[in-house]
Amino acid sequence: MEPAVAARDLTRRFGDFTAVDRVDFSVATGEVFGFLGPNGAGKTTTIRMLTGLLRPTSGTARVAGLDVAADPGLLRRRIGYMSQRFSLYGDLTVRENIELFAGLFGVRGDRLAARTAWLLDMAELAGGESRLTAELPLGFKQRLALGCAMLHEPPILFLDEPTSGVDPIARRRFWDLIHELAAGGTTVLVSTHYMEEAEHCRRVILMNRGRLIAQGAPADLRAGMAEPIYEIETGDAAAAAAALAQRPGVIEASLFGRAVHLVVEADPRSEEIVRAAVTAAGEDATRVRRIAPSLEDVFVALVRREGGAVAG
Amino acid sequence: MLSARRVRAIARKEWIQLRRDRRSMLLAFGLPVLMLLFFGYAISWDVRDLRLALLDEDGGRRSRELVEAFEASGYFRVTEQLTAPSDVDPLLDHGRINAALLIPPGFTRDLAAGRPAPVQLLLDGADANTATIALNYAEAIVAGYSRRVLLRGAIMEPPVALDARVWYNPTLESRNMIVPGLIAVIMSIIAAMLTALTIAREWERGTMEQLASTPVHRLEVVFGKLIPYILIGIADVTMAVAAGILVFDVPLRGNLLLLAALTVLFLIGALGLGMFISAALRSQVLATQVAMVVTYLPALLLSGFLFDIDSMPAALRAVTYVIPARYYIDVTRGVFLKGVGLEALWVQALSMLLFAVGGLGLAAANFRKRIA
Repeated sequence: MEPAVAARDLTRRFGDFTAVDRVDFSVATGEVFGFLGPNGAGKTTTIRMLTGLLRPTSGTARVAGLDVAADPGLLRRRIGYMSQRFSLYGDLTVRENIELFAGLFGVRGDRLAARTAWLLDMAELAGGESRLTAELPLGFKQRLALGCAMLHEPPILFLDEPTSGVDPIARRRFWDLIHELAAGGTTVLVSTHYMEEAEHCRRVILMNRGRLIAQGAPADLRAGMAEPIYEIETGDAAAAAAALAQRPGVIEASLFGRAVHLVVEADPRSEEIVRAAVTAAGEDATRVRRIAPSLEDVFVALVRREGGAVAG
Repeated sequence: MLSARRVRAIARKEWIQLRRDRRSMLLAFGLPVLMLLFFGYAISWDVRDLRLALLDEDGGRRSRELVEAFEASGYFRVTEQLTAPSDVDPLLDHGRINAALLIPPGFTRDLAAGRPAPVQLLLDGADANTATIALNYAEAIVAGYSRRVLLRGAIMEPPVALDARVWYNPTLESRNMIVPGLIAVIMSIIAAMLTALTIAREWERGTMEQLASTPVHRLEVVFGKLIPYILIGIADVTMAVAAGILVFDVPLRGNLLLLAALTVLFLIGALGLGMFISAALRSQVLATQVAMVVTYLPALLLSGFLFDIDSMPAALRAVTYVIPARYYIDVTRGVFLKGVGLEALWVQALSMLLFAVGGLGLAAANFRKRIA
């Protein structure tokens, strides 16, 4: 079966600047697929190319069985897209926005009534149909935008940073909606710069400065990190972090609340090395233990291995 | 394939937005009223009741008759009686009078003796237009009076008589010229200003990106956006025509339906121009300013509204051919004053059709849904 989305050497340049550099990946039907990376990594540019909003400089992308450069009109009937910025009409009411996008997507009659009912229920906006969209709280706006992008029931949905600026509770609620859509068979491609949100995705790609630096399931990416990480609890964490950063074998020492997280070079005897370093630094550690890396640790390690800086 | 449903969805959305946008509504309905009142009352080329200072050093029967002839014309009104020629300068300097009539001593006596009897007219030439008109009137008055003196009251036809009749505007009221022309000037500005906001606003607010992700075609967006503005334009023209007839007493001799049809043609071109500016600049502030510059001055100066196109230098005259208001002014004046039909206005109609197609074409071509 053809993947829902397949990008091959996808590249976009703006003058001398390469926003997306030969990116390769594919997304299976029904997956929740994440684009991760800091601001400026090329996530939005990639999504714009996949939705036919931006023409690739080189490379190809097939979405829903269509070449994105070939027939944007047909492509848009098969995908839903929610842009990074809230982009419904603030001076229209909830109902007027729904009717506008229904009109543009050709949703009408009984189907419109059914989709409107679904949307109002999903976005918890029943009874608020005649409110001006600009006056809604951001969480509701985002859900309304999601609903408008899904009015025509597209098989593939693109969400560009849908949760940015939304409070944690609304964010969790939004992810619940994404999972509901995926459970219903929709393929969802979502970008985020919140690394912890990657855990909601079945597979992710990590991007930095336009390049794809890793892809896979979040758990696999974490397990694949070679450098171990230790958490050290000590009296004066700030002084300990500064002292430990100077020790040989230590790649990075950073503060994590009242503890120090230490990334060290891969070595079978890494724990002994860490304990020696702590003693050598003159620190009286109350506790030293190896911890599982977060996706953020993985990302930083990958960028470091490439010798590059993190964009953004 | 263009879809009427999508055009209707865009038109409906645009209409709702327009209705809720106080700035647009003020622009659409406030500005035309303001301009109509301002220009309708302020601009007049009619020269009447010119302030005339009189120095009558003759004081005889003939000099009194000449002064009466000036006053009876309605163009001059004696506001100052002078006693010495030196009084004239300060009055002209301060603009208290437009002209001074100096009748030398012996005027009555010279006429009685059949000798030439010169009088002097001093004019304030700072306003050359008014001075020229005043001079023409004065010459006509003096010539008429001279004939009366020569004929000594006898009824005799002069060998060559000019029987002039002014058509279309028999009383030569400049208002009859101004108000129909003004409709064209106002609509040029309003139409471009209104649509200058429409596409730039979508870019600024980010709504363009959501619109772009739908199957809507750019021509559908352009047509959909056009519809509410055409309705507003028709309302504006209706208002202006009604004001012209009811407030300014301009006669309407032609066919209103023809005026309406050609108005729609003109509006499509002017609205398309505004949309093109909006799509090309993507900034509401910039687009409004550019729309103002490219419509206001040309419509005012190069359309034949203020200045006769035939007396412009050739280079400038060539420019007027690309000013749509030029053609629409012919239409409004033609329908209002001459009562002419399509047989006289088909060139204008075709030109405006060309502008309509060109304006919309430019708007559509510059309206890229793709972000880059």
